[in-house]
Amino acid sequence: MAKVTFDKDTCKGCGLCVGACPKGIVKLSDELNIKGYHPAEVTEQENCIGCAFCATMCPDCVITVEK
Amino acid sequence: MVVFEKPKALTDAPLHYCPGCTHGIIHRLVAEAIDELGIQGKTIGVASVGCSVFTYNYFNCDMVQAAHGRAPAVATGVKRSDKNNIVFTYQGDGDLAAIGTAETVHSAARGENITVIFVNNAIYGMTGGQMAPTTLPGQVTQTSPYGRDTEAVGFPVKVCEMLSKVDGATYLERVAVNNVANVKKAKKAIKKAFQNQIEGKGFSLVEVLSTCPTNWGMAPDKSLKWLEENMIPYYPLGVYKDKFAKEEE
Amino acid sequence: MSEKVLMKGNEALAEAAIMAGCHHYFGYPITPQTEVAAYMAKRMPKIDGGVFLQAESEIAAINMVIGVAATGKRVMTSSSSPGISLKSEGLSYLAGCDLPALVVNVQRGGPGLGGIQPSQSDYFQATRGAGHGDFHTLVLAPNSVQEMVDMVFKGFDLAEKYRIPAMILSDGTMGQMMEPVSLDMGEIKEYDKSWALTGTKGERKPNIVNSLFLEASELEKFNFERFERYKQIEENEAMYEEYRMEDAEICVVAFGVASRVSQNAIDEARKQGIKVGMIRPITLWPFPKKVLNAAADKVKAFISVELSMGQMIEDIELAIRCKKPVELCNRVGGMIPSTAEVLEKIKEVNGGVK
Repeated sequence: MAKVTFDKDTCKGCGLCVGACPKGIVKLSDELNIKGYHPAEVTEQENCIGCAFCATMCPDCVITVEK
Repeated sequence: MVVFEKPKALTDAPLHYCPGCTHGIIHRLVAEAIDELGIQGKTIGVASVGCSVFTYNYFNCDMVQAAHGRAPAVATGVKRSDKNNIVFTYQGDGDLAAIGTAETVHSAARGENITVIFVNNAIYGMTGGQMAPTTLPGQVTQTSPYGRDTEAVGFPVKVCEMLSKVDGATYLERVAVNNVANVKKAKKAIKKAFQNQIEGKGFSLVEVLSTCPTNWGMAPDKSLKWLEENMIPYYPLGVYKDKFAKEEE
Repeated sequence: MSEKVLMKGNEALAEAAIMAGCHHYFGYPITPQTEVAAYMAKRMPKIDGGVFLQAESEIAAINMVIGVAATGKRVMTSSSSPGISLKSEGLSYLAGCDLPALVVNVQRGGPGLGGIQPSQSDYFQATRGAGHGDFHTLVLAPNSVQEMVDMVFKGFDLAEKYRIPAMILSDGTMGQMMEPVSLDMGEIKEYDKSWALTGTKGERKPNIVNSLFLEASELEKFNFERFERYKQIEENEAMYEEYRMEDAEICVVAFGVASRVSQNAIDEARKQGIKVGMIRPITLWPFPKKVLNAAADKVKAFISVELSMGQMIEDIELAIRCKKPVELCNRVGGMIPSTAEVLEKIKEVNGGVK
């Protein structure tokens, strides 16, 4: 099963991953990270297909994808 | 199994770029190319002046910081010191296509066996959003507040088109990082630009159309769209020169 | 091994650089230093790993120098006055990055495009650090073809020892003059180069050659550290030659071609019973302040003989704390003062200051 991990405190909340996800499961958290940004997160991990599109568009290497 | 993680050729230093700035994607692509080609230990990077000035903190290899526009000249020295060095420059549009035009054209003309990563975001980012040599006609910037008036300040410089007429240049490709498909193409081009150097094929330049959400004054996702709708029509993507293309087919 | 050969100044300088282990040369054509580049173009391809490259501009040439210097190898460029102005950006970066390199200025008259005849009017530019920011360049001023050779060797050695750019301040006369020289320069000293960019080979952390420090306290620290090195240089490396100073009442100060003319004038004045001698600075930075200051307690006046409107004269006045008068004897624009003109000035000062 695919798994995406977000390095929450490196994220700048730009949302490029949100637009890249074909499953629409990446969203910006309501909480703030250490930098004061709303970091990206995945809510329905089980729907992740491990395509790594989110990581491909991430400018900050926040995302690790496992399959 | 890990299918995607931060490449080894990037350090742990957090990138200073603004949220959504695609410099970060381009950094990662360069680092991935270095990782995949196994050249980290003999790579020497040349940082330029502009937003990418701090690249010496981000690439996990020996780095030298050049004066504004001079990166290709510094790279020429580093390469000519030891041809086994894999030497790349990472330059923005102001650096490469305005103050450093002579260094760019002549390093291409000499066929210097180096790799040039040219990030074109149509604006001076670091100094706060002034008109760049690649600013589009009509584009509003801090120093073209009524839009770039081509009557008064002329037209943008199309670097790949210009260099395609330079005999010494080996490989010129323009790519963009506005969506997943284009990022993958950009990666391929960047890797090829390094591979060319390893094979001693000469001057390779990859122009990457990139965003500047802060100075364009739009959200990161809107910036990607603006790039697609405005920059790509003016700066068409594709290979502008590939001296060795036939040989490989 | 002191066999001498007859060589032109510019060519002797170029050959000396090669013998000092400098196998990379970058330049751009400009009169009157052309022979240096032409000589390098001929010799470098015959040397294993030798590189001669004619750059697209002076600016590109000095930046290519920076590239090689960053890898820890000996490298040089040469130019003449207007070209040195263009290289001043690179000199500042060399200093800011703590890189050793050798820059030769075969001076011509200025300002602007000026002329192509000999001059010493780049004295301020050379000794004050030709570029922005707080820095110095080690400045060596040969007055013979042999010294052109010796200063190349010295320049590279001190540049590496202190990690600073060195400049040879020559002029058209020095460059064109033919004299017998010995190219035997002894052993090349090895200095620590662990800072050099040689590729990490996966065995060490990356080296970074850089002059950007946005943290003010950090930049201040680097400036303080660099000036500690400058202090050592001023303490240990000032070079000069004294000529007939034993009982001198008048001290001529001159470097380069001006010192050769002055020497003749001093000999002539001595014949006429005037007690005059010369202190010839060989390093212009560091300036030989101590010997001048000591001389100021013995002589009654100084004469600065220069091919400029009076630049070194300020350093003399500073060095002697204005204890004694300093007169200027000068020609400019490519003119060189004659022996008679210097002699006349010596006589004037001898009669005028009791």
